[in-house]
Amino acid sequence: MKRVVITGLLCATILSGLAYAPSMPKAKPISYQLPEETAAFKPGPNLEVVQNNCTACHSADYIKTQPRGPKFKKDFWHGEVMKMIKMYGAPIDKADVDKIVEYLSQTY
Amino acid sequence: MIDRRTLMHSAITLAASAAAASLSSKLALAETVTLPFGNGERPLVKYPQKRPMIGLTSRPPQLETPFSVFNEGLITPNDAFFVRYHLAGIPLEIDPDTFTVEIKGKVDRPLKLALAEIKKMPAIELVAVNQCSGNSRGFVNPRVAGGQLANGAMGNARWRGVPLKTVLDQAGVQAGAKQVAFGAIDGPVIDTTPDFAKALDVDHARDGEVMLAYAMNGSDLPMLNGFPLRLVVPGYFGTYWVKHVNEITVLDSVFDGFWMKSAYRIPDDDCNCVEPGTAPKATIPINKFPVRSFMTNLSDGAKVKADAATPLRGIAFDGGSGIKDVAVSTDGGQTWTPARLGEDLGRYSFREWTSTVKLSAGTHELKVRATSNDGKTQPLQPLWNPAGYLRNVVETYRVVAA
Repeated sequence: MKRVVITGLLCATILSGLAYAPSMPKAKPISYQLPEETAAFKPGPNLEVVQNNCTACHSADYIKTQPRGPKFKKDFWHGEVMKMIKMYGAPIDKADVDKIVEYLSQTY
Repeated sequence: MIDRRTLMHSAITLAASAAAASLSSKLALAETVTLPFGNGERPLVKYPQKRPMIGLTSRPPQLETPFSVFNEGLITPNDAFFVRYHLAGIPLEIDPDTFTVEIKGKVDRPLKLALAEIKKMPAIELVAVNQCSGNSRGFVNPRVAGGQLANGAMGNARWRGVPLKTVLDQAGVQAGAKQVAFGAIDGPVIDTTPDFAKALDVDHARDGEVMLAYAMNGSDLPMLNGFPLRLVVPGYFGTYWVKHVNEITVLDSVFDGFWMKSAYRIPDDDCNCVEPGTAPKATIPINKFPVRSFMTNLSDGAKVKADAATPLRGIAFDGGSGIKDVAVSTDGGQTWTPARLGEDLGRYSFREWTSTVKLSAGTHELKVRATSNDGKTQPLQPLWNPAGYLRNVVETYRVVAA
C-alpha cells in the first residue's frame, strides 16, 4: 500500500507542478496526448482508502461500469478486490480489504 | 519486457499531458450513449487520431466502436477502430527511427531489427477481423465482471507487414522450440503486476500469415492500436494481437506467463461453455473466433414501412474457414431464408450479406445466422463461460412495421 500512496502523491505533485507544453515541435518521435481523465469515484464511506489503493493502477470507470444489482454487492466486490491482490499484485493491506469492499458495495 | 526509459518518459508525458489538457479545453465530449444492458451509460470521448468513440475506461484507455460504423463499409476506419489496453503504463512517445524489435531465445542468430529494416522485407497484406475476447460481455447473462462492452469491440482492417515466419527464419529457430512469446513496450504501473505478454505455438507463429504489421488500411498504425508495430494473428482473438511489440522470444517450453496461464482461459470442452454460474473443470487458452453475424442497417427497435420491400444488410465472420452462408428469419427463427453474400475480401475478413424482406404491420423478430465453411453455425441460445468470452448467439432484432 505504501508504494501506491507514494505513486499517487508523486503523480499529484507532477500534475500540479509541471507546465511545459508536450507539443514541442520534434520532427520524428510520435507524441500522443491523452485527454483529461474525468472519471471520479463517487463519495462514500472509506473513499480515501479506495483512492489510495485503486487509483495508481486504473481509473474509477473500471468500477463504475461493472454490473449493478443485488448480485453485485459484497461477495462480488470482495472477489474483485481479492483478484486485484492475488492476480494483479495490488499491494493492499489486509486491514483495508473490508473497507474497500464496504465502499464498493455501498456506493455502486 | 518494458523499457524503463520509455516507461518513465510515458509517465512524465502522461502527467504533462494531463496538466496541459486541464489548461486547455476538455477533450471529453459532453454526450453520452446508453448501451442496451444494465448500467450501460457511457461517455462519448474524443482521443487524438480517433473520431468520437464509446469510452469504457480512461486509464488505461479502452474505446469501443459505435456500432453504426459497421454499416459504413466492410473495412473499419483507423479512427473508429476499438482500443483495448490492460495496463496503464502505455507509451505516449515513440521514435520510429530508434524503435527496435528483438528476436531471441532458442534461435541460432539473435536479432535486433529496426523498423526500417522490417519495412524493407517483402511485405504481405491481409484483411482480417480483430475482435476483443470480451466483445459483447455486457449482454452475457448471468452477467460477469470485466469490461462491459456491447458489440463494438471488433473491427476489420487491411493489415500490411512482414510474416513473422520471415523474421523467425532469419533468426533460425532451433530444433525443440515449442512456443514463441511476445512482449511489448507497454507495461504495468507497479512491478508486482504481471507484464502483458502472450505466446503462440511455434508452428502457428511460422504459418506465414501471423504478421508483424506496421500499417493498417494504408496508414501507419494509430498510436492506440499499437504504433509502430503490432502482431496480427488472423482468426484469433485480439488478446494475441500484441501492440507495440518489441520482444519476440522463442521458447523450448510452454510459456507460463500470467496472461496465458491464468487469464484468457475458456472451458476445455466441446462447446467451450458451462452451465451458467458454474466453473469449468479444465480450461485452455482462448483461441479462434466462433462464427458470428450481425445486421448493421437496422437496430433493435427499428421502425420500417409495412408491406414494402425492406433492405437488410449486415456482416458475418469466423475464425478463418470463411463464411459459407448467412440466413435471415423474420418469424423468430422458425423459417430461414438465405441471404446474398457480398464481396469476398478473404477468409479472415468481414463478409457482407444482404437480403430484402416484406413485413406486415406489427412487430417482428428478425434473426440472422451465419454458417462457416468448416460447418459451424451460431447457437439460438447463448452459451455461457465465467469470463464472458466467445459470445456468438444468433442476434435478434425486434422491428416494428407500420
